[in-house]
Amino acid sequence: MALPQAKQTATEERLAGLNLPAAPGWTRPAREAALARVQAMGMPGRRDEYWRFTNPADFISAVPVPATHHARQKVPVFDGMDRVRLVFVDGVFDPAASDDPALAGVEITRLAEAQDQDIHWAAELYGALEARGQSPVARPLAALNTAFATDGVLIRATGRAEKPVNLIYQHESETSDAILHHVIKVEAGADLTILENGPAAARFNKVMEVDIAEGGAFHHVRVQGRDHDRRAATHIFARLGRESMFKSFTMTANGALTRNECVIELAGDDGVAHVAGACLGDGADFHHDDTVFVTHDAERCESRQVFKKVLRNGATGVFQGKILVRPGAQKTDGYQISQSLLLDEDSQFLVKPELEIYADDVACSHGSTSGAIDETALFYLRSRGVPRSEAVDLMVLSFIAEAVEEIESDQIRDEIVERLSRWLARHRR
Amino acid sequence: MLEIKNLRASLEEEGKEILKGLTLTVEAGKVHAIMGPNGSGKSTLSYVLAGRGGYEVTDGGATLEGRDILAMEPEERAAAGLFLAFQYPVEIPGVGNMTFLRTAVNAQRRTRGEEEMDAATFLKEVRARAKELKIDAEMLKRPVNMGFSGGEKKRNEILQMAMLEPRVCILDETDSGLDVDAMKLVADGVNAMRSPDRGFLVITHYQRLLDHIVPDVVHIMVDGRIIKTGGPELALEVEKNGYADLIEEAA
Repeated sequence: MALPQAKQTATEERLAGLNLPAAPGWTRPAREAALARVQAMGMPGRRDEYWRFTNPADFISAVPVPATHHARQKVPVFDGMDRVRLVFVDGVFDPAASDDPALAGVEITRLAEAQDQDIHWAAELYGALEARGQSPVARPLAALNTAFATDGVLIRATGRAEKPVNLIYQHESETSDAILHHVIKVEAGADLTILENGPAAARFNKVMEVDIAEGGAFHHVRVQGRDHDRRAATHIFARLGRESMFKSFTMTANGALTRNECVIELAGDDGVAHVAGACLGDGADFHHDDTVFVTHDAERCESRQVFKKVLRNGATGVFQGKILVRPGAQKTDGYQISQSLLLDEDSQFLVKPELEIYADDVACSHGSTSGAIDETALFYLRSRGVPRSEAVDLMVLSFIAEAVEEIESDQIRDEIVERLSRWLARHRR
Repeated sequence: MLEIKNLRASLEEEGKEILKGLTLTVEAGKVHAIMGPNGSGKSTLSYVLAGRGGYEVTDGGATLEGRDILAMEPEERAAAGLFLAFQYPVEIPGVGNMTFLRTAVNAQRRTRGEEEMDAATFLKEVRARAKELKIDAEMLKRPVNMGFSGGEKKRNEILQMAMLEPRVCILDETDSGLDVDAMKLVADGVNAMRSPDRGFLVITHYQRLLDHIVPDVVHIMVDGRIIKTGGPELALEVEKNGYADLIEEAA
């Protein structure tokens, strides 16, 4: 079916500036198939139902909107942790700034160098989970990523990783347009934690495919912040095997435009998938979109979606979350909550929660609220001598607590809360 | 210490007058009790003094050690030495009890231009005071008032009071929802804080709390005013005969 003219034109314009790598090696078939998907789907447009609340124009323009690069934080997040750092500057891996990727129980290979190596597991996965995630809803930016990614990492965990792998995305050039694609395989019984932080580029398109085998565990904690002007479209595609676990938490502050999509497929019985996010938006130039799609395709799986947004001074928050329970996915336990705390009347929260259930013995619940700060609680705090501004900060931390508590590591959770407190203190009015 | 003069206050939205010219002085070192039937304005008095929104003071005033507290923000009143133990302490998920207490203690110190309490001293103080109130370490770690029983919530109020060391403590129906043992714990906590330079205003519906916190002065409040003032025997009289006789007598 031919694309509408406007979509066709937009797609051609976006593709005009992009080239498949000269020597794609084993990624070639996946990239060519992805390019074909992009050409068939076209770039997202304002009229697409899935983009009703978020204007994709800045994601598909031929060149990115320039983004001022802000000085790096003196002490980057996760700095106190023992971890393997892999640094990307404007989307290019920087070996000099990175740690030696040798980590017991984990194989780490740079995508740009892996294409002529024989890495079977990655060849089977690269673009595969992304392709599965294109139905029933099209995600053209992810297909674009698979086709044109210039770098990324391939990580295979075969045992319990003794420390986390930290992907650090530094931003230096005001016009950088980065496309990174990571493929992660957690083998049976293995356990891996991935940390991500940094603004990455003026425009950042990132895909992370995560395949978790039977009994495997994958933890993901991401901090998006710092650069006010950056635009980021990210996708996580996760497939969970039997009795495996997936936990992802994202903290977002700053950023002109962010769309974080998370597509989870519970493919084996007794899997557990939790995806959570907290965002702090300040100003009319802040737009944050969480789009989540969880498919239950096995029995007795548990899924949780917990998203909290604190919005003020005209900030916009979006949540599109779906739980799809396929026929036969009995004893599914699905939960979804999306809430916003609106600190003024100029901010807005746009929500589309969806449940679609084809099994008859399931427990699924979802809820969405939008509200102002609780005056009674605020008075309680102030009556103890806490100044209004500090009391509001405490109420904000209270509001997002349910999402932050999804982080399993005490150390990471404490650091995130600490950073949030400081962010709030800096943004007091 | 706390002087309330001819205080008149209305609900902001409905314009309904609740306090109708209330006058009362709590001296340092004394415990004053206010008793009264439901709807007499006892809780409103505590809220107006502590600075809760939704009320309009139309006449009169209130001073704490000579300072006009009604002109202050709630946090300034707290720093000036006023403490209100809530009838219904508020639950605040996600904020640890300790974090909250420490934030409050240090915020007050900053407002008063004093040095903040360091973490070690704070911890020592909290633990000592919590122990007296039979508040265990687990309760201190939990989010503020979350999952606390009625008695635990009230003990937590007294713990806050003990840590903040106010000049004037207002206890709003602190006995409500407490069994005898819990009430005794709370009363012991309050009695331990009685001192020559601290005043108490104990608001209660029933006399039983006053068996444990023995007041120096008892006021009977009806329809937004004090209609009678006396010694502890006045509380016993209310317990025996109810408020009807007193109301009639005053009319």
